[in-house]
Amino acid sequence: MEQLVKNRIKAIKKGDQNAYAEIVEIYKNKVYQLCYRMLGNRHEAEDVAQEAFIRAYINIHTYNPDMKFSSWLYRIATNLSIDRIRKKKPDFYLDAEVSGTDGLTMYSQLASTEASPEDTLESLELQEIVQKAILKLPEKYRSVIVLKYIEELSLQEISEILDLPVGTVKTRLHRGREALRKQLGHL
Amino acid sequence: MMKCPSNIIELMHNYLDEEISPQDELILRDHLHECAKCSQHFNDLKKTVAFIQHSSHLVPSDDFTAKVMARLPKEKKTIRLGRWLKKHPMITAASLFFALMMGSLLTTWNGEQQFSVSTKENLIIKGNTVIVPKGEVVNGDIVVRNGSIQIEGKVNGDVTVIHGEKHLASAGQVTGEIEEINEVFGWIWYNIKDMMKDTLETFDRE
Ligand SMILES: [Zn+2]
Repeated sequence: MEQLVKNRIKAIKKGDQNAYAEIVEIYKNKVYQLCYRMLGNRHEAEDVAQEAFIRAYINIHTYNPDMKFSSWLYRIATNLSIDRIRKKKPDFYLDAEVSGTDGLTMYSQLASTEASPEDTLESLELQEIVQKAILKLPEKYRSVIVLKYIEELSLQEISEILDLPVGTVKTRLHRGREALRKQLGHL
Repeated sequence: MMKCPSNIIELMHNYLDEEISPQDELILRDHLHECAKCSQHFNDLKKTVAFIQHSSHLVPSDDFTAKVMARLPKEKKTIRLGRWLKKHPMITAASLFFALMMGSLLTTWNGEQQFSVSTKENLIIKGNTVIVPKGEVVNGDIVVRNGSIQIEGKVNGDVTVIHGEKHLASAGQVTGEIEEINEVFGWIWYNIKDMMKDTLETFDRE
């Protein structure tokens, strides 16, 4: 697999655009999943995932083969997702306080109106709650959690992708898990 | 109420990361047995991880790859041509052959100055002139290079003169085509026609 990818990249570097279609096929699901969990919106995930593949193609000459190609691709996808989150209009922040509710956040309103105990057992409902909890995480924790539990990557790989020391990745993972526990632990 | 070790939460996370020393793991296990609050915390963490891990995997649209490919910047023309030729080996072979032929033909046009004639049957050769004598019949084509031909008899075939002149006496007769070639393009055209004839004959035979 890695060898196939290496060969394809050589062809792409020589300018063979068709070889890139195979690369996209191999990684599209993973990249899309990463973007979806970071953004929480299928349409935006599709757009950012495509953008990630286009960026990777354009910058293929800067790819260092010492790094796993997937790590390099995930780095691009993660960075683009974070850029997109930051550009998003702030009217959808779940943390935003709704006026006249005495500090009750929109999130807890959603939780109290939509998630009765019976409903949480419904898997579709649970899926939404889980995704909402992920979206509530600050992006630096969100990216680590997504790479670890959605993409099932090792701490070492995550450190490579995010260009952070392994120790920092661990700390973020711990904090991310704690924040999620507060949302999901009682279910 | 018992005192929880100050780093007990950290030990839980190290355990979840599978990065815990055997001694720390023992400390964690022992404490979780005794402390309901920490045990609850640990179970909630494990449950949380399970929720995240089991969240459903979505897939991108069916035409995702096609959309990406359509949005890529256009590649260089030479590469596209190269790939196209690879996909069409017959055309590649033909164009390569054509290029080589053009090259070699120009060389022979400029370089080959020697007189030659394709057949000697019933012919008289005087210096650089080929004569088909009166009353003689030549069966087949005649090609004369760097010389002239004088036809007083009969040729059952084509007559071609390259880099030279043809003289047809009033009594002379050529059943086929008679052609004089003194230009580079004429020379190339002559060769292509020749090649085409061979190719067509090859196809006819098959
Ligand atoms: Zn305790």
